[in-house]
Amino acid sequence: MSGKDEAELSRLMRAAIAGDERAYADFLHRIAAVVRGFVRRKIVQGGVDPEDVVQETLLAIHVKRHTWRQDAPVLPWIYAIARFKLIDAFRRRGRRIEIEIDDIAETFAEPETETVSERDINRALDGLPPTQRSVVSSISVDGRSIGETAARLGVSETAVRVSLHRGLAAIAKRFGRQ
Amino acid sequence: MRTEDLIKALDADTSSKAMPLRSAWWMAAAAAVVIAAVVFFLAIGPRPDIMIAMHTVRFLLKFVFTIVLAVTAFGLIRALSTPGASIARAVAWMAAAPLLVAIAVALELFMVPEPMWGTRMVGSNMMICMGFIPLIGIGPLAVFIWMLRYGAPTRPVLAGAVAGLLAGGLAATFYAAHCFDDSPLFVATWYTLAIAVLAVLGALGGRLFVRW
Repeated sequence: MSGKDEAELSRLMRAAIAGDERAYADFLHRIAAVVRGFVRRKIVQGGVDPEDVVQETLLAIHVKRHTWRQDAPVLPWIYAIARFKLIDAFRRRGRRIEIEIDDIAETFAEPETETVSERDINRALDGLPPTQRSVVSSISVDGRSIGETAARLGVSETAVRVSLHRGLAAIAKRFGRQ
Repeated sequence: MRTEDLIKALDADTSSKAMPLRSAWWMAAAAAVVIAAVVFFLAIGPRPDIMIAMHTVRFLLKFVFTIVLAVTAFGLIRALSTPGASIARAVAWMAAAPLLVAIAVALELFMVPEPMWGTRMVGSNMMICMGFIPLIGIGPLAVFIWMLRYGAPTRPVLAGAVAGLLAGGLAATFYAAHCFDDSPLFVATWYTLAIAVLAVLGALGGRLFVRW
């Protein structure tokens, strides 16, 4: 990681915290690539899906972005979170091994299951209250805007924002608790 | 859900705001001091001869120990709750309070004749000390554990233990104003034990409640 990347990422993050959505999208895309590279290097044997860890890390970065000090470099902060989430994923994996037999049986029964539906985040999403779930999936999976989601669900934009925020926080918390 | 989709959702949530961790820690510290003060004044209050006691070095030294512990623990816990922050310096500073106590103990052993060491160490109200430091500190500890949940400690158990030391330093600072035993021998024994109780509770709190 060069100093230029660091400076650029810090600038984007500061802009994002100030409310610049485009800077934040740019920041998140770059961070996803950085974290993906890091996680793939660290996971040498199977068991943990790197993309699950990438998603968990992005969520944690999002809900904990107030812990970044704007005068500190952003990459050490990102790597520390990614590392924590990676260790957490391994820990959880270790714990889950005893109940693995059922999972294997299911995998044999349905060999064609799409990897997308097996994502940890989908399980967390399914556990949300109905309103939060429909708001989060409308904006993420269906790619609708806040306004479109509000119109479709017949609620105010503020209500959509609140549900989205609470839904994301709940998903992040669910990961932490597993 | 693809990572691309997740990013869309996170991006749409840009406008949600949370107080920066650093400011939140200062507010938590203020709240903890108020809680400790309320419990202290309701439960025991300062000793009646405090005006006279303030002229003795041993009495004042107790506050030096406890305040140094609280200040250094505050520095460390803020670093511990921030991912990627360097903690080496803050950890080194944690040696200050034990070092000061050790020096004071050495001087006390030098100045006080040996037959009196036992009496000085046992003091007159060690059970009150052991009871009230944790009692005054438990509220602040809850505040600090809550703050660790607000932060993002990558070492939750260690952070919890430091939260206990911070709560202990704060509680002991108030308790010292009540306590009649001013000898460093007493402080080194019973204050340490009482603060250790809070540190263990804090580590447990970190283990159980600080998940993110």
